[in-house]
Amino acid sequence: MTDTDGAVVEPVRVSFTINGGLLTLELDPRVTLATALREHLGLTGTKIGCDQGQCGACTVLVNGRRINSCLTLAVMHEGDSIATVEGLGTPEVLHPMQAAFIEHDGFQCGYCTPGQILSSLAVIEEIRAGMPSHVTGSLEGPVPLSDEEIRERMSGNLCRCAAYPNIIAAIRDYAGAKP
Amino acid sequence: MKPFSYERPATPAEAIEAAARPGARIIAGGTNLLDLMKLGIEGPAHIVDINRIGLDRIEDTPEGGLRIGALVRNADLAAHPRVRQHYPVLTRALVSGASGQLRNKASVSGNLMQRTRCPYFYNTDMACNKRRPGSGCSAIGGVGHNFAVLGASDACIATHPSDMCVALRALDAVVEIESAGAKRSIAIADFHLLPGDTPHLETALQPGELITGIVLPSPLAGTQIYRKVRDRASYAFANVSMALVATVEHGEVVVERLAFGGLALKPWRVEAAERGPRDPDAIADIVLAGAKSCTETAYKLPLVSRMLAAALETVQ
Amino acid sequence: MIGEGISRTDGPVKVTGRAHYSLERQEPGQALYGHIVGAGIGYGRIARIDASAAERVTGVHLVWTYHNAPDQGSPEGPEGDMMDRARPEFVSDRIDYYGMPVAFVIADSFEIARHAAGLVEVEYEAEPGRYVLATPAKTAQWKSETRIGDVDAIMAEAVNSVDQLYSTPYHFGQPMEPNACLADWRDGHLTLFLTAQMLNQLISGLAATVKLDRNQITIDSAYVGGGFGSKIVLHAEAVLASLATMHLNQPVKVAFTRRQIFTLVGHRPASISRVRLAATPEGQLTAVGHDAAIQISPSEAWDEAVSSVGRALYATPNLLTRQLHQTLDMKAAEPVRGPGELAGLMVFESAVDELAEQLGVDPVELRIRNDTDYDPDKELPLSGRRLVDCLREGAEQFGWSERPRTATRRDGRWMIGYGVASSMRGHFQTSAEALVRIDPEGWVLVRSDMTDIGTGTYTIVAQVVAEVLGVPMSVVRVELANSNHPKGNGAGGSWGAANTTVSVDRACSTLLERIRAAAGTTYNDIFAEVRRHFPDGLEAIGRQLAGSEDPNYQTFSQYTYGASFAEVGVDIDTGEVRLRRMLGVFAAGRILNRKTARSQLIGGMIWGVGAALHEEAAVDPRFGSWVNGDFAEYLIPTHADIPAIDAIMLDDFDERANHLGVKGIGELGAGGTGGSVANAVYNATGVRIRDFPITLGKLLPHLPRDR
Repeated sequence: MTDTDGAVVEPVRVSFTINGGLLTLELDPRVTLATALREHLGLTGTKIGCDQGQCGACTVLVNGRRINSCLTLAVMHEGDSIATVEGLGTPEVLHPMQAAFIEHDGFQCGYCTPGQILSSLAVIEEIRAGMPSHVTGSLEGPVPLSDEEIRERMSGNLCRCAAYPNIIAAIRDYAGAKP
Repeated sequence: MKPFSYERPATPAEAIEAAARPGARIIAGGTNLLDLMKLGIEGPAHIVDINRIGLDRIEDTPEGGLRIGALVRNADLAAHPRVRQHYPVLTRALVSGASGQLRNKASVSGNLMQRTRCPYFYNTDMACNKRRPGSGCSAIGGVGHNFAVLGASDACIATHPSDMCVALRALDAVVEIESAGAKRSIAIADFHLLPGDTPHLETALQPGELITGIVLPSPLAGTQIYRKVRDRASYAFANVSMALVATVEHGEVVVERLAFGGLALKPWRVEAAERGPRDPDAIADIVLAGAKSCTETAYKLPLVSRMLAAALETVQ
Repeated sequence: MIGEGISRTDGPVKVTGRAHYSLERQEPGQALYGHIVGAGIGYGRIARIDASAAERVTGVHLVWTYHNAPDQGSPEGPEGDMMDRARPEFVSDRIDYYGMPVAFVIADSFEIARHAAGLVEVEYEAEPGRYVLATPAKTAQWKSETRIGDVDAIMAEAVNSVDQLYSTPYHFGQPMEPNACLADWRDGHLTLFLTAQMLNQLISGLAATVKLDRNQITIDSAYVGGGFGSKIVLHAEAVLASLATMHLNQPVKVAFTRRQIFTLVGHRPASISRVRLAATPEGQLTAVGHDAAIQISPSEAWDEAVSSVGRALYATPNLLTRQLHQTLDMKAAEPVRGPGELAGLMVFESAVDELAEQLGVDPVELRIRNDTDYDPDKELPLSGRRLVDCLREGAEQFGWSERPRTATRRDGRWMIGYGVASSMRGHFQTSAEALVRIDPEGWVLVRSDMTDIGTGTYTIVAQVVAEVLGVPMSVVRVELANSNHPKGNGAGGSWGAANTTVSVDRACSTLLERIRAAAGTTYNDIFAEVRRHFPDGLEAIGRQLAGSEDPNYQTFSQYTYGASFAEVGVDIDTGEVRLRRMLGVFAAGRILNRKTARSQLIGGMIWGVGAALHEEAAVDPRFGSWVNGDFAEYLIPTHADIPAIDAIMLDDFDERANHLGVKGIGELGAGGTGGSVANAVYNATGVRIRDFPITLGKLLPHLPRDR
């Protein structure tokens, strides 16, 4: 494919694992991971809310860490292991975090929800691993699984329906934490 | 996004060679560059993905400091035990920036290269000397409460958005750079450039050069504080931020290091304000020498001494 | 069943990513991708536009500009209906507002379309535009005036009075799902998978624009990623996707970028209010005046009813409320959640707080003393008026008696304050229909074009059917948001829940009558009776009258009520304001689902927090451009901004609203909440900021140095 300004768009081959399955794609290198998931793989559980890393709706886990899939090129993920919401649970067999979101009504329109859920699972791991946040008191001790810590760490996931208090309740319930 | 070719080198040497191609641009975390590419503000013809070249370790230096690889992620740097213990101002700065997702992806070298968030830079319908040299600056006379009050010029009044760099400035970090067959170091003080007549020139990094790491000198004694003031509680750029290292001598609190974000197009540090006057207002007067504000940015000036006074209260 | 806090029935598909929103629908097959180029000036004309470079890009199917765009319907004048009017694009070389579409690219991929869009060359001749909302002059031409007695005379003599100017900024709905459309033209029929709130109203405008008959268009909006008013009006994504699929005979998808949602979707207009209050020393109001200037556009006048929010809120013998429309060269304003109230109550309830402070009367008590049961504008009694109950219950639960005297309480470096404000939201009723079918196989089908934009419609409809028919919710299939279904009149204006459930309930009642007529009044299994007496199944359509046709609306003025209580901290050094806790108490008729209703009320309250502290879309007065058009610069509340919040729903049943006793709650929570936050900031600091939002930059010059 040749473009007007003479630039050549060479498709690039990339292989990665999504929710445990290995896939190989030939992609325009401009395709972001979010767009690859949604438009090339039909995995539309990953949402695009702003397409510029300012809302968190596109959050996925790459090699176990949460990132904004809209701000990374798909071809940069050769060999990576990617987890999306489709890999967590099904409507019939929900992941416990998904069940907690339903029980605590941690969403209304549901558009930011997959991102919130993936982020919340990562947040619990980050707290357990002792990674500090902006609200962490001592940088040397363990990090408490407090509402304040969860809120700060979830702040990269905007929710315009503003289900925030219910999302925190769901995460707290899942993690067995006290308010 | 303009079309580009894509290359994934395996070593720093390969990356340096690849980055020498015309129109090449290095991508690390991509959290700033890809946003700018989507908006048409950046349009590289060739993308060099350096995420597989190593440079992702944090090591002790023989001098007792730390060498941070260029591709260490912000989240990992913030969580590193020695950074937490010996350079807490850096951890605090890092975790006050962006979101958990972005900190997992963003690299320290990318953070050094982060471009301004000036809304007139981000809007390609507006004149901006950074985007198009000589086109003018729509921000001057425009709307916004986050323009520079120090070091600005008639060509540009943008601020530098990084929190990390403010802490690095207070810590006297050194940026390590390699190019084909050469290595050099630049003090963080000299890395970011003030706009002057050439706001499109943002750093001292030259074409063909690759940031390989950042070196922190041996740890400083005293209390380290990072204070970020912003309009919402999280996930927002600073109105003003402050990195402070202070000690207590003969019962008096002494400012050892003091750098500010949100005031200028680079982290703002005036060494003359350090180990000098004890009074926060007097220190702020030195920091703010030559400051120019407009109605919307006037609040930043008193904020400097208020933030400093409040922080010094907590130093024991 | 009705009222129980049952979890959302659409929860499992939403939390697992299986709910398909507009662009995600797979039915049409592979689609082409459209991308819009917006004007780079605020007012003027296109001097030259050249799409040839874009057209040459491999993978581009076509580029439209005003030179070659398809023929479209002509727009009505400014007085035309918001929903019926044609909204053609690329009509001429004129630019009426910043970001107005000037070109549209359709290509094989999103990446190609967006890149090619950047290659469209446009040169403009900018002309001076009107972009600044001015404080009204004394000679202003007021509209929408309600006048009782003589406010001017009372104000002139009043010992205790408030007369202040307040301003509120441009404000956007900005739902998380961008405005988007997947359009499919097939066999002479246009199907739109569109993220929309009110399908059949929107079809009118679309049909007029693309020159089709209404019955040639189907809109399917099964899942909508938030609306807040921003998906009521027809926008360019639906028009252009429709025209493109009709032209190319292939499905076409178009989404606005987040930045385009600031230019191509209407906003809540900025306002400047003058609020005047006078009272006796005991705190009895003697005059209430509210004048508000708002922005309108040359093409349309969305009347954001800022000034009228206080008309029936408190008793007063003298009342004057009126609006001033200022025509600016900007995109037409549109409904945004809490139209009128969110901005209007925020400033009005700030003024009431100023009066309470001046009189030395507790702000809760002042509001209670001025309770009323009469709407002086409609000259009707108020139905379900329970503002005092909300205030009393809230004061008790919140611990209002612990409210500090102004600027006296500290917690470390935080100055602490409490604030209260009243909420009041009109309850509207529109004509609506719903179909209920009992299938002999043992399930019940409900059909309505009503949407669930996060409001819980799927769930509450199933609850009503389950209760009325006496069947488990699990056998109720609710099919919403298809424009071919009976018209439920959509989600907007807080009328959806009442309209839809009343229609559904009536359909169920009709079915029950027919079953009882055939089977007698006592039976064990409704499905067995249907199999026996109606082997092909049984269906009925239930109807709700428009408010204008309903006697209840001729004899009572219908509103919902609430009171919100906020505690904030203001950092004495930096002026940063952070919410510490908040409580809302609401009386909004019978609650259909306590869980989803609470969520919606809390969500609305958080909108109040955003309006008071964060949200402001700034316009550059030189260019008419939006300055802060993304989520990094247009700040909305994050998790960290929202601590403990609760909403209490009083047991309520308003039989004057409808026989189910149900009213709306979608906008009530957003009503006065901003005022309670603003009043808490004053209580904490003694500083009154009348120019919203209350930011640290505005507060800081007034805060003491604390050394």
